[in-house]
Amino acid sequence: MRYLVLLALWVLPMLAHAQDWEDQRMFGVDSSPTMRIISSTDTSFFAPIIESFLAERPDVSIEYLVTGTADLDQIFRASPAEFDVVISSAMDLQLKLANDGFAQRIDDITHPAWAQWRQSLFAFTTEPATIVINKAAFAGQDVPRTRLELIQALRADPDRFRGRVGTYDVRQSGLGYLFATQDARASESFWRLTEVMGSLDARLYCCSGEMIDDLADGTIAVAYNVLGSYAQARQDTRDKLEVILPSDFPTTMMRTAFVSRDTLQPQTAADFIRHLTIAQSQGADLASFPLPPLITELDAAGRSRIALEPALMTYLDRLKRRTFMREWESAIIQSPSAPSQ
Amino acid sequence: MTEVVRVAGSLRNRLAVTLVGGAAVLAILLFVVVRNYAAQIAQAGQDQIIGASVSSILDAAVVRDGVVDVDFPYASLSMLSTEFDDRVFYAIYQDDAVISGYDTLPRSDIAANTDRQYETVVFDGVPVRLASASRTLIGAGFRTNIVVSVGQTQDALSGTLNGISRNVALFGAGFFALATLIAFWATSTTFGQLQALTTAITRRGPKDLRPVVKPIPAELAPLVSSLNSLMARLNQSLLQSENFITEAAHRVRTPLATVRSHAETTLHRVERPENRQALRAMVRAIDESSRAAGQLLDHAMIAFRADNLDQQDIDLGALVQELLVQLTPIAEMKDIDLEMTQDGNAAVRGDPILVQNALRNLIDNALKYSPAESTITISVSDVPTAHVRVCDQGTGFDPDEIDDLAKRFKRGTNVAGIVGSGLGLTIVEDVAHAHGGKLTLENQKTGGACVTLSF
Ligand SMILES: Nc1ncnc2c1ncn2[C@@H]1O[C@H](COP(=O)(O)OP(=O)(O)O)[C@@H](O)[C@H]1O
Repeated sequence: MRYLVLLALWVLPMLAHAQDWEDQRMFGVDSSPTMRIISSTDTSFFAPIIESFLAERPDVSIEYLVTGTADLDQIFRASPAEFDVVISSAMDLQLKLANDGFAQRIDDITHPAWAQWRQSLFAFTTEPATIVINKAAFAGQDVPRTRLELIQALRADPDRFRGRVGTYDVRQSGLGYLFATQDARASESFWRLTEVMGSLDARLYCCSGEMIDDLADGTIAVAYNVLGSYAQARQDTRDKLEVILPSDFPTTMMRTAFVSRDTLQPQTAADFIRHLTIAQSQGADLASFPLPPLITELDAAGRSRIALEPALMTYLDRLKRRTFMREWESAIIQSPSAPSQ
Repeated sequence: MTEVVRVAGSLRNRLAVTLVGGAAVLAILLFVVVRNYAAQIAQAGQDQIIGASVSSILDAAVVRDGVVDVDFPYASLSMLSTEFDDRVFYAIYQDDAVISGYDTLPRSDIAANTDRQYETVVFDGVPVRLASASRTLIGAGFRTNIVVSVGQTQDALSGTLNGISRNVALFGAGFFALATLIAFWATSTTFGQLQALTTAITRRGPKDLRPVVKPIPAELAPLVSSLNSLMARLNQSLLQSENFITEAAHRVRTPLATVRSHAETTLHRVERPENRQALRAMVRAIDESSRAAGQLLDHAMIAFRADNLDQQDIDLGALVQELLVQLTPIAEMKDIDLEMTQDGNAAVRGDPILVQNALRNLIDNALKYSPAESTITISVSDVPTAHVRVCDQGTGFDPDEIDDLAKRFKRGTNVAGIVGSGLGLTIVEDVAHAHGGKLTLENQKTGGACVTLSF
């Protein structure tokens, strides 16, 4: 029996290592029971929350595993019993997981109706999709405030921006796909902007982080639909970059978390979600947590968030996705040699 | 009037149980009917929305370059958002294959070109309301059947139903409570009438046999009319009995008086001492039997008069004096002294004939059971209550039987040759009871009996 346990202890990490994680980190004492969190959020954003949770619960340890939103969905669907908590910015994928019965109900968390679904999927941030520009690239020029102004700016000086426009590769990024589909739903200007970006040989990225890196070193001058929170959080880029909330229509995402239906530690996992929602609610100590809080009221501009509702599954539909991808590809990839990173 | 009546069940309870039970049945019926109706309406509401979702998806189905595309609007699923965050499942089939949505969703067997069909299936372990519709798409040399099914869990539906059930249950309970109150009110007013009638009859004097004239409800009319006729017959027979007694007394006394006067006349004529002796004994026997017959009739008369007392002011002292005048000659025959003492003004309300009769019996007894040359003391007093006490110097009562002597026809062991009927003390006691008073028998320490009639 002991050998079996030892074997299991030896094999499990091997299995975990078999997966290619963007980041993987242990928090807390090794010997204590480990709760596994699979997340699309960079470790640096989450570490303070995990540490404050462990301060209250020194009896557990947490393994934090980071991967992209689309991968996360696949990995988790394949083995839901291996993870206790699932955190992602792709609201549509998260909602579908919950709709498909992968999420556990936690009845004793009080959360506003719009910020939770079925008392099992809980939103804990409010993060708008933004336009981020390299200030230097726009020197002596009006900074675009809306998508239309961005289109005009790009069209006005195509040579300056050729190859220096970045956006998500919606084929790789679940969050990018969510932003793109919600944009397309809200306004036709999305397609026009995509076509303009395509004509300028736009660079496509998997993740906000890399896009901001390239913006900071001047590789690209402007990035569309980036998470502003990532740009603002980085000390090194703060002076070089400007984060613009498009004032025509907002696309605001909420990061969501749920407890896996197959978790072996339902109580600890539920406690973690509770801790997370309390820490991220407005009025909590924001300075110590780098993630943007959950804004419980609409701001003055009446910005709405993407609603947590079954309709989020619309663009996950095979046929809808096929059609959207076809249109998106024909808009953004205009020459066969375009980079598809 | 407290006769034992055999009671089996209660009309009031039976009526109350029937009314309350009926209300309970109605309340439950109300609950079941309204709940079912609400369930149908709520289900129809859910069906309508799922059906609209199916239609909007099916409407988006087109054939493009020989391939089916279904670019359904965001609203198709958005319209399915509920307060309870119901789960939503859907599937789009082209002929036999699933081309999009949930592959494992139970397939509804729907005929081609059918507009909306509803069923409840189980998917992922929960009941799911499924709406389906189908349409045939025709392109150039191309014909295919598209089926769209949209399912939704029923959390919101059951939430709504639970809410409705709660309200209907409350409503039913309220209805029941109200009906129960009304039932109790109705039974108590109904039986209140009966109670009023009962009280009216109970409150009557024992000889009040007048018919009931107060207005009564129609349902009680047969009972009251037979009660009235019963009372009328009773009254009639009472009158007859009274007449009969008076008549009987007359008929017995008159011949006795005739015999007595004949015997006395004969006594004056005969000379021989043994004949005179025999005649004297005869006269005495006639007296005794006439007295006994009189007592029997008195007893009967008292029984009737007691029920309907004549209420007059009686001065006990005067009454006793009147009696002494009548009885002194008899006492003198036995050399007995009748002494009377009066203390205060002893007045009572009652029937003077009865009281006089009672007192006569007491003094008669004292005379009967006293030896010659003795004294009988009659004291009248109003302390503590009005009473008359007759004390003699005779044998007194046998202590063993003193409690039973007032019983009808009961005579003591000390009667030794003294004629009597055993009714005297019975009459006195009846009179005492009719006036709310009592009769007390006791022996004096110095010998002799003391009998007290107190009011
Ligand atoms: N004054 C009395 N002295 C002794 N005994 C009495 C006296 N009065 C009544 N009794 C007893 O009580 C009995 C019942 O009396 P009563 O009812 O008057 O009937 P009776 O016709 O026999 O006198 C008598 O038979 C007698 O034994």
